[in-house]
Amino acid sequence: MRKLRLIALCIAMVAMLAACSSEGEKKGEEKAEAPAPAAKLVLGVAGAHSGDLASYGLPTVNAAKLVAAKFNAAGGVNGAMVEVYAQDDQCKPELATNAATKMVSEDVKIVLGHICSGATKAALPIYLESKIILMSPSATNPPLTQSGDYPNFFRTIAPDDAQAALEVSFAKSLGLKKVAVIHDKGDYGKGFASFCKQFIEKEDGIDVVLFEGVTPGAVDYSAVVQKIKSSGAEGVIFGGYHPEASKIVTGMRKKGLELPFLSDDGVKDDTFIKVAGKYAEGVYATGPKDLSSVPMNQEAVAAHKAEFGEDPGPFFSQAYAAAQALLTAVQRAGSTDYDKVTEALRTQYVDTAVGKIKFDAKGDAEGVGFSVYQVKDGKYAEVK
Amino acid sequence: MEYFLELLFGGLTRGSIYALIALGYTMVYGIIELINFAHGEIYMIGAFTGLIVAGLLTMLGFPGIAILAIAMACAVVWAAAYGYTIEKVAYKPLRGAPRLSPLISAIGMSIFLQNYVMLAQTSDFLPFPELIPEFDFMKGMGSMLSSSELAILTVTVAVCVGLTLFIKYTKLGKAMRATAQNRKMAMLVGINVDMVISATFIIGSSLAAMGGVLIASHIGQINYFIGFIAGIKAFTAAVLGGIGSIPGAMLGGLVLGLTEAFATGYVSSDYEDVFAFCLLVLILIFRPSGIMGKEKIQKV
Repeated sequence: MRKLRLIALCIAMVAMLAACSSEGEKKGEEKAEAPAPAAKLVLGVAGAHSGDLASYGLPTVNAAKLVAAKFNAAGGVNGAMVEVYAQDDQCKPELATNAATKMVSEDVKIVLGHICSGATKAALPIYLESKIILMSPSATNPPLTQSGDYPNFFRTIAPDDAQAALEVSFAKSLGLKKVAVIHDKGDYGKGFASFCKQFIEKEDGIDVVLFEGVTPGAVDYSAVVQKIKSSGAEGVIFGGYHPEASKIVTGMRKKGLELPFLSDDGVKDDTFIKVAGKYAEGVYATGPKDLSSVPMNQEAVAAHKAEFGEDPGPFFSQAYAAAQALLTAVQRAGSTDYDKVTEALRTQYVDTAVGKIKFDAKGDAEGVGFSVYQVKDGKYAEVK
Repeated sequence: MEYFLELLFGGLTRGSIYALIALGYTMVYGIIELINFAHGEIYMIGAFTGLIVAGLLTMLGFPGIAILAIAMACAVVWAAAYGYTIEKVAYKPLRGAPRLSPLISAIGMSIFLQNYVMLAQTSDFLPFPELIPEFDFMKGMGSMLSSSELAILTVTVAVCVGLTLFIKYTKLGKAMRATAQNRKMAMLVGINVDMVISATFIIGSSLAAMGGVLIASHIGQINYFIGFIAGIKAFTAAVLGGIGSIPGAMLGGLVLGLTEAFATGYVSSDYEDVFAFCLLVLILIFRPSGIMGKEKIQKV
């Protein structure tokens, strides 16, 4: 048995070596055959392509392939054919640094990825050192852009706090002066509520009069409702999910408290309307922008269906947009020069699958993000 | 002052529900010294039965108050059947076993029932119809006390009075007290102990089912997991009041409900549970047998 295992191990090692060498040979051949090294532009794609989170990473690879094919059909970028070079990180920070090192050694200049915030953060310093531009379709952790540490990082998805910023500006537009901020003590709900509180405190003419967490699953929330009432709040912002939200709204409305109720995308869910019933009417909730009306997105989804025979997975549109933005920026810059490409990303608008976008000084896309919805006649309708 | 009254009524409502469930814990403990951890699930099953029956009756076009009465009755009967069956299946075969065995069996039962309802119904939250109508004479009370809160309080008071009288004056009540004092002696004087134990489970389950239907109609939603937290809180209330004592369970429920309401109202809802359990620890330090518990607990 032991011998057998040893033999198997040996075979595996030999096979690995053989694979490496054949790859090396191939590269050598390519180099020899390629008439000019500038004739190809490598678009790196890093993210979870295997493991539990592969369903988030693989749509990115598909998106990159589709965009690359589209650019190649139109004659490439600055005359160079786009080639997709994928590296798996399984959303693990330690593998992400490996992937980053691989990109550096392959001399890739633009990378689409990574998928997870943690992995992205681990890999960013390596990219920064080698002046590689990174654009993520899915890493929403706010400090990645806002810390200002990574001028080489961009993203086509709105950061976690963008929703809170929208919520607060919407609350202001409703004319609310005193707001009660309630959350469910969870990571997501409390995080969102804390951002709301921060942004409200920065604004003039609007104050947080109550900031509290409720216990999910508690028998009833009447005491919190009384507290909202006695705090003199003119509106309620809730961070959390729909079971608590529907209990609080029902409690408020039953006590005759007709204050505007604003919440997050954990509440922008049809179950909320079903459970809260008539009390759900008029509730506001923010949620991701509806992309189905963006023509470029429709085209991208159709291309995916034609090529892969199924509907695209999560973050596909954001990844498609990121690939478009990166390649367009290289085209506009005329080369893969770091300064010129980042300059192009920051200054010029580009039409993408998530709409017309440009990147701000910190790397967040302007023009993507969230919309406010309101329950009307038992359905969420976008507030324009 | 108004704020104080609002919190008071809110706390009393919540406390009443705890008390209704705690009665089941305390009675079962009084008779067979078992913590019936599946009791919270009985409360949940009562609420689900109420939902299903109410839905059916609404489809058939019954008037509001009839729906409430029939749904409540069905929930009570169905939950009582569950309580009876659970005792027969999970506890009776273990009656001579070490005390740990029925406790583990109880926890197993609780998990089984949760999963059973989740698979048979849904894991989603479901809307529960408002069965208690808005009373006209309540309009003047404004937001202080709603009609469903009033109904919950009334039912709880009625149940408590009825149960006390039942234990004190009926033959079965007397048999229950005798069994609680000494099971072997009760058997020797000709009391059917098995029947007494079944009756205890049936009464306890009925009360929990009432609590389930009332609170579900008050807050308007249920799911398969509601029994867990309500059960833990009611168990705390029973210990707080002195487990094994019926007036203790009622008092413990109310004290716990009021503590939570005032902690939320005057401090912060972040600390709702912290205050509730600090109170429990304090009482157990100074009165190890609970508020109403005597040195040697007067059972049932």
